[in-house]
Amino acid sequence: MVEHGDIRVVHRGGIARYCRFLCERGIFCCCRFLLCGSGYEVKVFSTSTEECIHDLRAHTDLVTGVLLRPSNHLQAYSCSTDGTVRLWDYTDGILIKTYVIGYPIYSIYTSANHSGVLFVVTPTSDKRSEFQLVAVHLPQSGDQLVEAREFSAVLSDVSSNPAATSFGRGGEYIASAKGLQLEVYFFKKQKPYRFFLKEDNKKGGKNTFTCLACHPKDDCIATGHEDGKIRLWRNFNHKKEYTYTTLHWHHSAVSSLCFTPEGTNLLSGGIESVLVQWRYNQESQRDFLPRLGAAITHIAVSPDGALFCTSHSDNKITIIRSSIQVSAVIQGLVKGDSVRTDLMVDPRSKALVLNGKPGHLQFYSLQRDKLLYNLDIVQQEYIHQSGLEQFEVVKAAFDAYGNWLATVEERKQKPTELELNLKLWAFDEQTQSFMLNTTISAPHEARITAMCFCHSTDSQTTVLVSVSKDGHFKAWQLAPATHTEDEGPSWSCDFVGAYHSLVPECCCFSADGSLLAVSFQEVVTVWSPASWELLTTLSQPPGAIRNLCFGQLTCSKYLLGTTDKNLLCCWNLLTCSLEWSTSMDVSLLLSDPFSENMAAFCCQAGCTDLFVFKPSEPRPLFSHKAVCLGKVTRAVFAPREKMLESCEETSQWLNHSQLYFVTQYMDLLTFTTKAEEDRLMASSKQLVISDSVAMTPFSVLLGKRSQQEGQEAASSLLAERTQLPQGSAAVRELLQTPAHVLPSTSFLCSMFVESLLISVTDNRKKGRTIYNYFIVAQQHFMSKIE
Amino acid sequence: MASFKPTKIPIYPKLGEKVTQDTVYWKNYKAPVQIKEFGAVTNIHFSPVAPHNYAVTAFTRIHIYGPFSQEPVKSFTRFKDTAYCGRYRSDGQLLVAGCEDSVVRLFDVSGKVALRMFKGHTKAVHVTDFTSERYHIFTGSDDYTCRLWDIPNATELNTYQEHTDYIRCGVTSKLNRDLFITGSYDHTLKLFDARVDKSVITMDHGQPVESVLLYPSEGLVVSAGGRYVKVWDLLKGGQPLVSLKNHHKTVTSLCLSSNGQRLLSASLDRHVKVYNTTNFRVVHNFDYAASVLSLALAPDDESIIVGMTNGVLSIKHRKSPEESKEVSHQQRRRPSYRVFVKGKNYMPKQDDYLVSKPVREYLTKYDKHLKKFNISKALDSALKPEVTVAVIKELDRRGTLKNALAGRDEKALSELLHFITKNMVDFRFAPVLVPAANMILDIYRSVIGQSPVVDRQLLYLQDLLQKEINYQQELLDVLGMLDTLFASSVPRKELLYLISVKKHFGAGFKRQTKTHDLTLVF
Repeated sequence: MVEHGDIRVVHRGGIARYCRFLCERGIFCCCRFLLCGSGYEVKVFSTSTEECIHDLRAHTDLVTGVLLRPSNHLQAYSCSTDGTVRLWDYTDGILIKTYVIGYPIYSIYTSANHSGVLFVVTPTSDKRSEFQLVAVHLPQSGDQLVEAREFSAVLSDVSSNPAATSFGRGGEYIASAKGLQLEVYFFKKQKPYRFFLKEDNKKGGKNTFTCLACHPKDDCIATGHEDGKIRLWRNFNHKKEYTYTTLHWHHSAVSSLCFTPEGTNLLSGGIESVLVQWRYNQESQRDFLPRLGAAITHIAVSPDGALFCTSHSDNKITIIRSSIQVSAVIQGLVKGDSVRTDLMVDPRSKALVLNGKPGHLQFYSLQRDKLLYNLDIVQQEYIHQSGLEQFEVVKAAFDAYGNWLATVEERKQKPTELELNLKLWAFDEQTQSFMLNTTISAPHEARITAMCFCHSTDSQTTVLVSVSKDGHFKAWQLAPATHTEDEGPSWSCDFVGAYHSLVPECCCFSADGSLLAVSFQEVVTVWSPASWELLTTLSQPPGAIRNLCFGQLTCSKYLLGTTDKNLLCCWNLLTCSLEWSTSMDVSLLLSDPFSENMAAFCCQAGCTDLFVFKPSEPRPLFSHKAVCLGKVTRAVFAPREKMLESCEETSQWLNHSQLYFVTQYMDLLTFTTKAEEDRLMASSKQLVISDSVAMTPFSVLLGKRSQQEGQEAASSLLAERTQLPQGSAAVRELLQTPAHVLPSTSFLCSMFVESLLISVTDNRKKGRTIYNYFIVAQQHFMSKIE
Repeated sequence: MASFKPTKIPIYPKLGEKVTQDTVYWKNYKAPVQIKEFGAVTNIHFSPVAPHNYAVTAFTRIHIYGPFSQEPVKSFTRFKDTAYCGRYRSDGQLLVAGCEDSVVRLFDVSGKVALRMFKGHTKAVHVTDFTSERYHIFTGSDDYTCRLWDIPNATELNTYQEHTDYIRCGVTSKLNRDLFITGSYDHTLKLFDARVDKSVITMDHGQPVESVLLYPSEGLVVSAGGRYVKVWDLLKGGQPLVSLKNHHKTVTSLCLSSNGQRLLSASLDRHVKVYNTTNFRVVHNFDYAASVLSLALAPDDESIIVGMTNGVLSIKHRKSPEESKEVSHQQRRRPSYRVFVKGKNYMPKQDDYLVSKPVREYLTKYDKHLKKFNISKALDSALKPEVTVAVIKELDRRGTLKNALAGRDEKALSELLHFITKNMVDFRFAPVLVPAANMILDIYRSVIGQSPVVDRQLLYLQDLLQKEINYQQELLDVLGMLDTLFASSVPRKELLYLISVKKHFGAGFKRQTKTHDLTLVF
């Protein structure tokens, strides 16, 4: 995160990286919390409401593992690549202790059998192996910050994958798999056993180990392999007489394995996104939970075995009941490989729209930082298989009111065969969702490079322009229902344009929709959408046009373009001449539809700089060096719900809208001002979670009462608080207003005195009611016991 | 979790013309009855009274046909030379006809010999008609004059010498006894009033006028000449209203449908086109074997009669209501409406406990197989060509098409080949089926020659492809010709646009040419 004056760049969208999930036992007997490492923090979710209860923030690098403390189920360890292990009280979100290890930690293991010892995977200095498993003896000390010094190496060559190492029955042994080798270390014998698989068996499958799980009650190790097989190893405490049985259902690599706490079932998952439950000792009986949405990366089981949870590659956690039914889904911003569509803002819901699940568009509410829904664009069964070319949504556009959504999906199987579909979706008021109106298959002969709707607000017809590599741009128009048949209006091609058989790259409508600019390599052509006449051409060689943008509001006479030869040009459309140009390597140029401002991202030496400027003014309004690492691929100005009233020159451009952008590493970032952040912090502190009372028979009996009581107590508290002199609005105003504008003191005196009074009568009454409730509750309880 | 998404069967655009009310109406005619006349049929006129006989003028005769007879009920043969323009009087009793020998003859419908002969024209008379008060005859001739005759006295009443070329068409007003309109090869239409001695309105058509028609209201007049059909507003003093150019050869005849809502035009380009008279768009088109010279519609559109240059008279009768409904009778009787809504319209009362039943999702057979990844079975269980092609596409997307096609015995393979040969040349399916056929050839190359059934089908497939390639080459030739035509006929400014439009259409041809790929395998 980068500080700059009072404007900060912040991460949004809860993109979880290196997640390890844990399903936690609550205070009494049911699973209530779920811990998960997410970026630099650990998140605590409620399993019933899917809400995030706490963010445990202290690590300064990626959190790589989260683990329950075996001796105390209310505490959890988390490890990070910043070289520390932290102990948390996750129910209250308090950091208890920090152990400094000094090396980056990639995973963490403990066992009840080894109290006071943590097993961590750290990189080695040794050349033969990259990672080693180290036992860390935790010093007994009351300090907050403890440095752990007592290390002893257990296994010298292990995989950094947290799923590849596991403790066996009661912590008697630890098993670890790497490459084609399975290593089991017995703590009693202080001796490792190694088992090797052959490189390739006859059928050409890959034997490499991918993950591992140990049976909690039995001497059995389950290993997952690259070719989708699961091997159950037994008798491994003898060097020669070990045996294994093979289970095969998965068609590609098994990414995670997990035994239920009693060892009756084995869960496995992989890229097929099917959770498979195998009965232990009756392996022919399997249960499946198919179509979980994305590849399963990790499986965890709650300590009482009532809930399973799977984490998926698209930033999602699914919570599953032991009867193999999905009970909850915790979903962040859906993370794909890349954002192929532009970032867009839905004019209706003001949600951010971008690629979501494969073949879907996701609508992500920026205000609530929550996924609203996924719109299925491709409407085909997604086959979870690596190396398969699927339909991808590559372009999308909204019209000015959000009544129409246009999407382009493409599938490129062979270089010559490109399947393209242009779909137009109409917003349906009844279902409050988009309905497919028209599908145009093969709208162009080659890839569509840009697409935009005419954004004029007063025109009767909506025009969509698509620009393709086949050298044409096409205008699509909503044609009225052609005949007396009962089908509604549909879209059809209105105009096909070309210019000297050059390849068009980008297109842009002016703010009032009276002009269309299409760039053909280094020439910008300006067309009139009313008559489809070529009005003028502008060009500034050398270098093909990369971005094209009309000015907004008062600057609407300007057309801006960037070329790939480091030039930013601004043309005046009234004189049809170049107004100014400057040498800048702009990778992305966009205009704010709510103000005259334009933002230009320049990529330089692995970092991206941001310039915000007005086309009519020579000086940039705001510039920010090194906004983020890597290239900014997409950006959008999202309107604010409430306008900011910042007067400072550098932050004025954030008043109307907020700039969101995505880097090439798929981070969603935005700018916030200091004032805004303070407000956010204040509001988050007010949020109180009163959900910490366990559900026991007694609480069921009394829960309602005590809740009411609590509410009343809280309300009475609140009443008291508002009556404090500092809390009163009148008093605050009185104290803050300059003296020379205040009315006379005699006028204010009575108001001031009144605000200091505390109404005693109300409180006494409440006290009585609470007392009555207690009596009633007691009577109830007695009758129940009898 | 998310349910299985069934395979999407794309809706292919229906080929050919769209079904509209007009096409339904104008297609509802029986197969034409064809009668060979002695020469080119120049005029057809329906009797305005009940049996609605019609007079067909062809060469030196006028034949009268009854509404359903295929033999003439009567014929007038006393012409010295080619007869022209046999027309009924409004009471259906008298018939007048011009002749190449410049004599106008008047016949009684029941008689044989001409009642009156009107002599005065010096050249062939191509136009004759009765005026609305029934006692006068109006004629137009190649001697550039048109004349009015009195029937009882057989005398000439008036001569108008305003046209400067042959008068080849004309019509009298049905509402006013004194008005008549003539059309001439001097490119003009003239409206004459018998009360004055000259024309009152002159309209310039721009081409030699071949046919003229008055609307029943007589406010509008329609003229045909050259490739154009033009509509004029008489009430505005002969102002041109619309100019239609839908034929590519001279328009020879015009006709209104019985309710005046549709206008029909016949042309030498062998088409009869039907226009909507509100927006003057072509709503239907009839094709004929030869150039059409004359056209008439029976009252209530009961039949369409067309005369052609090769002397064939084509009569199409409207289907009777029973015949047209025949198709719908064959449909299976469905369960009554009550069965479907049974229990669905029950409104829950206040105390009712609602038990919601999960909506069961029905999957078709092939989708069930696809859900279970039984790819070969899925392919076999798809029946309709659209469905099969969609399933093949789906399998291709899943990357398992090869597996689904492989491992078939003789019967299954020949079924598959049968499907492919049947549907491959359909351009909607070709992009999917050509790779599939290639794949089949790859897979079963080793077994060629083992089964005579399969070998025969493969040979047939090869033959089919050769034919298809020839078609494509011809199409491309045509496209090349069109290119030159477009380039030469289009003015410079529009060139850019039109070429792009043409390329847009050309994409259809291009896609089909992909069948070339397959030949390389053989």
